[in-house]
Amino acid sequence: MSKPHDYDDIPGTYVYDAERSRVGYALNMFCMSLNKVENRNSFKADAPAYLDRFPLTPEQRRTVLERDWLGMLKVGGNIYYTIKIAFCDGLTFQDVAGMMSGVSKETYAQMMLAGGRSPDGNRNKDPSATEEPHG
Amino acid sequence: MAKIVAGIAVSHVPAIGVAMDKGMTGTPYWQPLFRGYEPAREWLAKLAPDVAIIVYNDHASAFSLEIIPTFLIGVAAQFPIADEGFGPRPVPVVKGHPALAWHLAESLILDEFDMTIANEMLVDHGLTVPLSVTCGKPDAWPFPVIPLCVNVVQYPPPTGARCSKLGMAIRRAVEQFDQDLRVVIYGTGGMSHQLQGERAGLINRKFDTAFLDGLTRDPVGLSQITHTEYMREAGSEGVEMVMWHVMRGALGDEVAEVYRHYHVPASNTAAGLMILENRSAV
Repeated sequence: MSKPHDYDDIPGTYVYDAERSRVGYALNMFCMSLNKVENRNSFKADAPAYLDRFPLTPEQRRTVLERDWLGMLKVGGNIYYTIKIAFCDGLTFQDVAGMMSGVSKETYAQMMLAGGRSPDGNRNKDPSATEEPHG
Repeated sequence: MAKIVAGIAVSHVPAIGVAMDKGMTGTPYWQPLFRGYEPAREWLAKLAPDVAIIVYNDHASAFSLEIIPTFLIGVAAQFPIADEGFGPRPVPVVKGHPALAWHLAESLILDEFDMTIANEMLVDHGLTVPLSVTCGKPDAWPFPVIPLCVNVVQYPPPTGARCSKLGMAIRRAVEQFDQDLRVVIYGTGGMSHQLQGERAGLINRKFDTAFLDGLTRDPVGLSQITHTEYMREAGSEGVEMVMWHVMRGALGDEVAEVYRHYHVPASNTAAGLMILENRSAV
């Protein structure tokens, strides 16, 4: 294991670094295959059979089949790749963002219309840590 | 001699492209954003540049995790539109400028920026949305484009300071090109946004405003912002703002802000646009 990173204490954030990339390579390359329409059609027609083409771990496979968007990030998924599964389902970035943050589509959309999620209270996992905004 | 006459900083949110492609720009949700683009379009049409360098990142479209170029320049005569997972955007093919692009590739490498060179490449919303935002929906794009890709998907991206220095090297290279070309350079991506995890939806207007102000007041200081500060303050995907430093570095010391537009939300993102005219003597 490499040493801890200074970004490790950012809450609710999965930085796609070397460790995640090593774990997630096959999962993300499966997602990459969905850039081709014929592959999207195969995946939509029989997802388990399509996933057999890729050396996914059982947990990676589960997260894809169950559309566990947050779970995908925890097993090496990168959002720019996993979003391609969502596109197959007719979902948008905002739909998936709402599901990852655990609120309804309407609640998430309202939060964005109201100016988004505030950084205040969301900078550090330890809320007693110093809040030090730039500028 | 060629000269970089202006820089454009602009967010490249995919939903902005979808809104244009589906004719939704007049809806109550989108109208305030698109109204703010109109002065930029008028300014650019009047400027009528000969060529644009567009600094952007690919989003798992032309490149996967198979090969991850940190800095890449496209030297092709044309760049087809990528299928990013929902069909290619219905926008014109992007024409390149091979003569200037090859000159830039050679100059930058000899100036110690080890560019990857792409002879064939698809382009995604990272490049086409900035074109759509600033040019509207023409039958053909009004100028040739040199794509310059920066990796921001696999951590770590190049630092802001390195991006700024690349911009300075681009300026030197452009000024050594032996044709009289008026060049604009786009820095794209940002501003604050986070697309992933439980913290998705983060927006930091205060950070973004300070960043926009800093492009004219203190670009060198601005280029020292660390990746962790971007991610903590402006969201994990806010780190895309390193690409704005390439644009700013290419303009020289003296610039004038001629237009600014900032709107929240564009889907999950704070959409920013700034036009800087280069007033530096060559």
